[in-house]
Amino acid sequence: MRQLIEFKNVVKEFNGVLVLKGINLVIHENEFVTLLGPSGCGKTTLLRILGGFISQSEGEVFFDGIEISNVPPYKREINTVFQRYALFPHMNVYDNIAFGLNIKKQDKNTIKQKVTRMLKLVGLEGYENRPVTLMSGGQQQRVAIARALVNEPMVLLLDEPLGALDLKLRKEMQHELKKIQQEVGITFIYVTHDQEEALTMSDTIVVMNNGEVQQIGTPTDIYNEPENRFVADFIGESNIMEGVMVDDYRVRFDETDFECIDSGYTEMTPVDIVLRPEDIDIVPVEMGKIKGIVQSSLFKGVHFEIVVESPYREYIIHTTDNAAIGQEVGLHFFPEDIHIMYKMGY
Amino acid sequence: MVGSKNRKLTRFFLIAGVLLFFYAPIASLMVFSFNDSRSLTSWAGFSTQWYTALFANREMMSAIYVTLLVALLSTFISTVVGTLTAIGISKSRKIIRELIINVNNFPILNPEIVTAIGLMLLFSSLSIEKGLITMLVAHIIFSTPYVILTVLPKLRGLDPDIAEAAMDLGATPAQALWKVIIPLIMPGVISGALLAFTMSFDDFVISYFVSGNGVKNISILVYTMSKRINPTINALSTILVVIITFVLLIVNLLPFLKKKELRGAE
Ligand SMILES: Nc1ncnc2c1ncn2[C@@H]1O[C@H](COP(=O)(O)OP(=O)(O)O)[C@@H](O)[C@H]1O
Ligand SMILES: [Mg+2]
Repeated sequence: MRQLIEFKNVVKEFNGVLVLKGINLVIHENEFVTLLGPSGCGKTTLLRILGGFISQSEGEVFFDGIEISNVPPYKREINTVFQRYALFPHMNVYDNIAFGLNIKKQDKNTIKQKVTRMLKLVGLEGYENRPVTLMSGGQQQRVAIARALVNEPMVLLLDEPLGALDLKLRKEMQHELKKIQQEVGITFIYVTHDQEEALTMSDTIVVMNNGEVQQIGTPTDIYNEPENRFVADFIGESNIMEGVMVDDYRVRFDETDFECIDSGYTEMTPVDIVLRPEDIDIVPVEMGKIKGIVQSSLFKGVHFEIVVESPYREYIIHTTDNAAIGQEVGLHFFPEDIHIMYKMGY
Repeated sequence: MVGSKNRKLTRFFLIAGVLLFFYAPIASLMVFSFNDSRSLTSWAGFSTQWYTALFANREMMSAIYVTLLVALLSTFISTVVGTLTAIGISKSRKIIRELIINVNNFPILNPEIVTAIGLMLLFSSLSIEKGLITMLVAHIIFSTPYVILTVLPKLRGLDPDIAEAAMDLGATPAQALWKVIIPLIMPGVISGALLAFTMSFDDFVISYFVSGNGVKNISILVYTMSKRINPTINALSTILVVIITFVLLIVNLLPFLKKKELRGAE
């Protein structure tokens, strides 16, 4: 895939506070990229720099090979779906969608054709004359998407577009957005703080925290091979331990050595270790690598979430077999289930 | 039961009393403008002679002309200036915004007489000849804060991303202003303009101090004439009341008409 957008060491400061601390990021044509991170980490700020609404304090932004810092927003081939939609309340659905084409003075027939096609794409045929103020949140969302896509941008920016919708509608829209992206075949840059949303929709996830990129990778990369404790913690419920690499293929935590599949660390390197809840099995005490007492068990629909307390810590385990509270059990996992990460700051 | 009936009656008489107190003087003034004699107390039959006299009176016609000219021009200018200022304020940083809003409220809270004397002294010290221009400038100055104050809440009610959304779709900042921001705050702009118009139309205190060289608006003329009783004043006042009532009716009916229009579009 061809490279389309590049952020080079982008820094943004608001009143002396560093909000983006040197972002380097490459985005390709036709890619579904998600910026994932907790609220306040700078996702919207990065998106607004790309949209041209604010300018960076330092660094460069390239679009299609050209530095665009001095290009005003109305000249960029980028369109945005705003978090609260920002539809024009004095216009009906048709005029909202046609706004960009009217500004570009395209002829009436072309506009009508394009708007009709967009209405079909987002499933709002027949709603042309409806005032947008009388539509539900989900429908307004679709109008916002159509209004942006009708301009045939090379990139669509979506800032937490599903944040205001209820859970069921959000799931539906996730699939629909993914379908729309494949249909129109352009780059989507999608902002969310919901890790599940990021994992289901993206080709590439950019995990951010505190104005810095923590990790860039495919959903499986990010989930299975988190690069640091923050990513591991943010991407899903996890058991995260501190330990050291004793040797190649041997890691020590909780005063016990475990076999693992990582090598190449210098001896006694401090590391963080992740054990995913679904990778741990509950077995009879004598067969376990770790022993502990069952503290609680919650049925979660598909699996049980069981908390087992060892002398050192509590482990969260997701398993389809229940275990009695108070029972002593063993915990089993395979060497490849142990994920080793460099400690943050080393 | 009896108590509630009594209370209803009391309420009726109270409201009727208040309305009578407010409107009886105006009603009597309007009725006697059609009186066939000079008397302001005894009815001598219907006639429009005072209206004929009014339209034949060059001084009065000139006052009406001055009043309308100043009102229309000052309304137009203060509405444009006030609206643009309000948009600027709404886009400013919080500290600057609150500062300007407070500065803006000052002339509104200030007694009118203070503004009047202040402006008079200003024009004198700059040795600007008093007349139509000074009156116009003064009216623009005292109307603009009211326009700003009526437009600001409309801007505050806008989606903060709306201008960016327009530019995102290819609109230049000027197009975003004309096609999106202005239409959305139009109700506020119209209320502001009508307010500015009524304020200018019936202003006496400030106009009296900043005018000169025989330039008089209706209020000043009525004041100078009121010492010698002359029913043409009644005729003039009746016209004033009718115009002001009409403007107020528009202000109050506009939202309803708007709603109906929306419902019609559905
Ligand atoms: N215009 C602004 N002025 C000052 N601070 C801002 C401004 N915009 C954002 N910030 C600050 O920058 C940080 C990052 O904000 P934002 O990019 O909106 O985060 P996110 O979208 O990831 O939640 C926040 O701490 C926010 O308060
Ligand atoms: Mg945000």
